[in-house]
Amino acid sequence: MKVVVCIKQVPDTKGGVKFKPDGTLDRAAMLTIMNPDDKAGLEAALRLKDQYGAEVTVVTMGLPKAEEVLREAMAMGADKGVLVTDRVLGGADTWATSQTIAGAIRNLEYDLIITGRQAIDGDTAQVGPQISEHLGIPVISYAQEIKIDGDHVIVKRQYDDRYHMLRAKMPCLITALSELNEPRYMTPGGIFDAYKSEITVWGRDNLKDVLDSNLGLKGSPTQIAKASDKVRKGAGEKVSLDPAGSVNYIVEKLTEKHVL
Amino acid sequence: MSLEEYKGVYVFAQQVDNEVSSIALELIGKGKDLAKDLDTTVTAVLVGSGIKGLADELGEYGADKVIVIDDPELKDYRTEPYTHALTSVIKEFKPDVFLIGATAIGRDLGPRVCARVHTGLTADCTQLDIGDFPLVPTPGKETKHKQLLMTRPAFGGNTIATIACPEFRPQMATVRPGVMQKLPREAGRKAEIIEFNPGFTPNDKYVEIMEIVKAVSNVADIMDAKILVSGGRGVGSPENFKILEDLAEAIGGTVSCSRAVVDAGWKPKDMQVGQTGKTVRPHVYFAIGISGAIQHVAGMEESDIIIAINKDESAPIFEVADYGVVGDLNKIVPALTQKIKEAKAAAK
Repeated sequence: MKVVVCIKQVPDTKGGVKFKPDGTLDRAAMLTIMNPDDKAGLEAALRLKDQYGAEVTVVTMGLPKAEEVLREAMAMGADKGVLVTDRVLGGADTWATSQTIAGAIRNLEYDLIITGRQAIDGDTAQVGPQISEHLGIPVISYAQEIKIDGDHVIVKRQYDDRYHMLRAKMPCLITALSELNEPRYMTPGGIFDAYKSEITVWGRDNLKDVLDSNLGLKGSPTQIAKASDKVRKGAGEKVSLDPAGSVNYIVEKLTEKHVL
Repeated sequence: MSLEEYKGVYVFAQQVDNEVSSIALELIGKGKDLAKDLDTTVTAVLVGSGIKGLADELGEYGADKVIVIDDPELKDYRTEPYTHALTSVIKEFKPDVFLIGATAIGRDLGPRVCARVHTGLTADCTQLDIGDFPLVPTPGKETKHKQLLMTRPAFGGNTIATIACPEFRPQMATVRPGVMQKLPREAGRKAEIIEFNPGFTPNDKYVEIMEIVKAVSNVADIMDAKILVSGGRGVGSPENFKILEDLAEAIGGTVSCSRAVVDAGWKPKDMQVGQTGKTVRPHVYFAIGISGAIQHVAGMEESDIIIAINKDESAPIFEVADYGVVGDLNKIVPALTQKIKEAKAAAK
């Protein structure tokens, strides 16, 4: 069984969001990490390796520096790493990103593709389902549990107020929630091996069956009209009233804001 | 592709268990605004099995047309047949704008549809406008008028981006539930009903639903909630969370908590908001008996409206609250619940 896991290197917003004095985000001061949902997806794949001897290949798209997350994944136990990096791929929206990753995955053998549900920088949750569409395979997003049943996969899929137990024929793409599991740590031996092993680096020319017009900034249907770091709002109002007055105050505000 | 061929604002009228989801009505409401600017109409796309009866409700909430796709294969949400339904509508009717709710269903369906029809999709929008792209005339770049301008938070809400899709149609967005306003219901208002069935032939992409289990797991619950009633150590005891649960029930919200509450063993970790818990962005966040440590604030400060109730007037939570109330939560919360119940009863 062969499993491909898509991972992304993202700025670490959880370990401490840094702000400049004017209240905007200080990106340079922030560390990078493996996207948490992707790490859960990787852990799910490594459990399939433990259980069924699956071969796990991690794929990332990004700057050359993104090699770091591949090394981390390999130190956790992934077998192979593929870095997709090329200037012409820069500025991609989710359409162009998913085209790129699909183009890379077409070179690989796979029964299962696992991606994180969403990355903590973009928060779109779009790339996983889009990859599956380009590859013409089923998608199950928001996975909470993954089991293998012969040539099928059985997944517990989370919705707002329920879950579905779904059965899909492989190959299939699954998007993982970070709640799926508790990712393992890198092992010292794993780290040692990870830094010795080869990482495959692919550029534009290695992508299979993808048009130039679907890649990078030029291949992105969505375009940014405006982007700004959000200026954080300060304190609002504060009142000290008797309980009845407090209740009236809150109800008044909720009514004003159309909550009631 | 000739972009001029594409006309009209379409919305995916999500239904679950043959009940129209609130987001469907919110999208119709917002769609009406956009349609006015574009001088066009709003079409709701209703997909399911045995759902024709819901079309009238969509009309009463403002839809001008309702396309009904009714097929046994569409009984419960599955990605492939629903994707086929929407892409078939897009190919047949050529909408200019297509909005989908950013729900657990919509955020699965939207990307698959846009990938199949080759257009852009902007996720989890909190604001939609019609305007020029680029926003201001830019040398060497054609200004396109009447474009859908989609605004969304990214980076955990730390940045705000406005996005356009000038070269492809439809212009598609998923829209965060609870942000747009639905219109008042106009009894007897009729939409034009169009029945449409592109045919559904199961293939390997049709997954099998083995079992549906309702309301047991709440893993994604607090992240999807529109209203959170969150309690901290100040609530005093696990038993006393009852007053928060009552408030949540009255206002249609979900209970969450701070780390201190989880550490004390009062509530499971699933319910924890904050840096080591979950990042939430509900429409309304009640911080009740929560002091507001920076780690907690990082997980909730992007909520649209923050209401804090705390007896300590110097609690840091008041620095991020829109509306701060200094007082005894044991007196205020039950009275608030009562008042909200009365207000809701009166509105019916």
